[in-house]
Amino acid sequence: MQYTFIDILRRALDEELARDPTVHLLGEDVAAGGAFGVTRGLAQKHGSARVRNTPISEAAITGLATGAALCGLKPVLEIMFIDFATLSMDCLVNQTAKYRYMSGGQLAVPLVVRTQAGAAGGAAAQHSQSLEAWFIHVPGLIVVAPSTPAEAYGLLKSSIRLGEPVLFIEHKRLYAMKGELPEGGELPPIGRARIARPGTDVTVIAYSAMVQTALEAAQELAQHGISAEIIDLRTLLPLDMATIAASVVKTHRALIAHEAVRNGGVGAEIAARIGSDLFDELDGPVLRVGCPFAPIPFAPELERALLPGSADIVRAVREELRR
Amino acid sequence: MTDPTLADWKRMYGALWRIRLFEAQVQRLAAAGEIPGFPHLSTGQEAVAVGVCSQLEREDLLFTSHRGHGHVLAKGSDLQATFAEILGRQTGLCRGRGGSMHLVDVANGVLGATGVVAGNLALAAGAAWAAQAQGGKNISVVFFGDGATGAGVLHETLNLAALWRLPVLFVCENNGVAEFTSREEHSKVKYESSFAAPYDIAAKTIDGNDLPTVWAAAHEAIETLRRGMGPYLLECMTFRMAGHYVGDSQRYRSKEDLAEIREKCPIERLKRHLLARGIEPEELDAISDLGKNDVLQAVERARAAPRPDPATVMNDVYRTPALAAIPG
Repeated sequence: MQYTFIDILRRALDEELARDPTVHLLGEDVAAGGAFGVTRGLAQKHGSARVRNTPISEAAITGLATGAALCGLKPVLEIMFIDFATLSMDCLVNQTAKYRYMSGGQLAVPLVVRTQAGAAGGAAAQHSQSLEAWFIHVPGLIVVAPSTPAEAYGLLKSSIRLGEPVLFIEHKRLYAMKGELPEGGELPPIGRARIARPGTDVTVIAYSAMVQTALEAAQELAQHGISAEIIDLRTLLPLDMATIAASVVKTHRALIAHEAVRNGGVGAEIAARIGSDLFDELDGPVLRVGCPFAPIPFAPELERALLPGSADIVRAVREELRR
Repeated sequence: MTDPTLADWKRMYGALWRIRLFEAQVQRLAAAGEIPGFPHLSTGQEAVAVGVCSQLEREDLLFTSHRGHGHVLAKGSDLQATFAEILGRQTGLCRGRGGSMHLVDVANGVLGATGVVAGNLALAAGAAWAAQAQGGKNISVVFFGDGATGAGVLHETLNLAALWRLPVLFVCENNGVAEFTSREEHSKVKYESSFAAPYDIAAKTIDGNDLPTVWAAAHEAIETLRRGMGPYLLECMTFRMAGHYVGDSQRYRSKEDLAEIREKCPIERLKRHLLARGIEPEELDAISDLGKNDVLQAVERARAAPRPDPATVMNDVYRTPALAAIPG
């Protein structure tokens, strides 16, 4: 059976609500199904005490979810757009991330903050951002960004069961994507990347919707005789450097692709690590594909012009390999 | 809980002294450079801490602000472990990771202080939500200063707590000054309790330096919460006898201000009550002497306690062992 990304997220939440009575959902409109329908029907099935609407008060609901997580609940908080996580930042950075450490290990914060990011369909500058780099800078947080429905299903369940504060970033362009439930009962571990497509000539490291873009690029590169290995990071914090290293040792070339701006992005961190850890393995500079340094524009022509696509990956790889 | 007996009042008199003397030691050792960071003292506000916290059960959940030593001690946390944390020792409540502004003592229901003004209000509501969801009778209490009214999250949290009828007691210590800025300069609203009415939250403004008044008001508020009647905002008018932090010269305060503050000292006031009820001055002196003895002993033991092992600095960033090796 085929599920959309949205349907499979709902299935994962439904199953976790049924499996563990401490799991609770909260957020703006979630009892009504959520702005994107991810939580549709869950309040009816699991009760309005466990699937709760909140006021539009990101600061307070993030604090509320954190406080509840300290006291035995496993809240899954929906922040409708990552752009609004700016209003959650005080709590996430100063409290949620640090509570375990500051308390000398007395407490843990089993909280998942589901949020939705990325540009599509003219959502414009305040509903399209990719802000994940801010969060990988904070010790204590976990940042997850799935690339397919099957990945989202397993990673969301793993995140809920992890017992750490997790920022779970869903890309709006993936919401309509269809896929099967993953086979086998095993859930993907948090902190482990996967090879989305094996290859030998260049390692392309991506996450979230950019994995799909990289897979398209790999098809085109194959027509030019270039075999690209695509790594789907799945988790941005922690980074799975072992999987990256194993690939770069094989290909000797690396490119990181993300939708966020390059400046100070996740790619900068990965490039620095490859540069310092794997310098002798490299046959060329570590490349980065990302957004130019501008806000996301509204008009479709402008949005297209700004967003990095598979052509950018293909061009960067071909120039470097001179093929 | 029934009305306090004379023995209860004497115990509370001792509790006031313990906090006062504990903080005097914090002040002394901070000035001597033995305490890292910048501790904030609650000297002059002890009646609020004792009046509220002495009525809490161990499983009730306490959140406080950066000025929270008194609340933590009044809830029953160990003098020595609390002082050791303020000194940054391995035997401290948080093994030296938290310090004065991040005291946490889970076994005693102290879920923590915070260095961010208004930072714990929503967390306290969340703890109350968990208590409500688990069907417990326990409540959540959060202390904050009048400076927190400037933060939007206070208003968001009041709304949410009212909507969900959460068993959370908001205790505002209105000491008339936010850091270095007077109430008149930082807010047009005279009493914080006025923020409760629009949300239909029960509220009261009381004299926070008179322990019997605080006790009675807190008693009523806690009873309301335990009956599931939703949140309560208790505003305690009080005075910060100390500066904002240890070493603050308080140039922004007049001599008359400071003299008046000493006149309203909550310990002196309870002493007057107890003397009027026929307690001998010698007995009261014995209580404060005992408190002093306990505090000094705890302080000396805490000072002798081992410092944290630098090799443990990466412990407890994550609970999951496999995640512990994230390179900086």
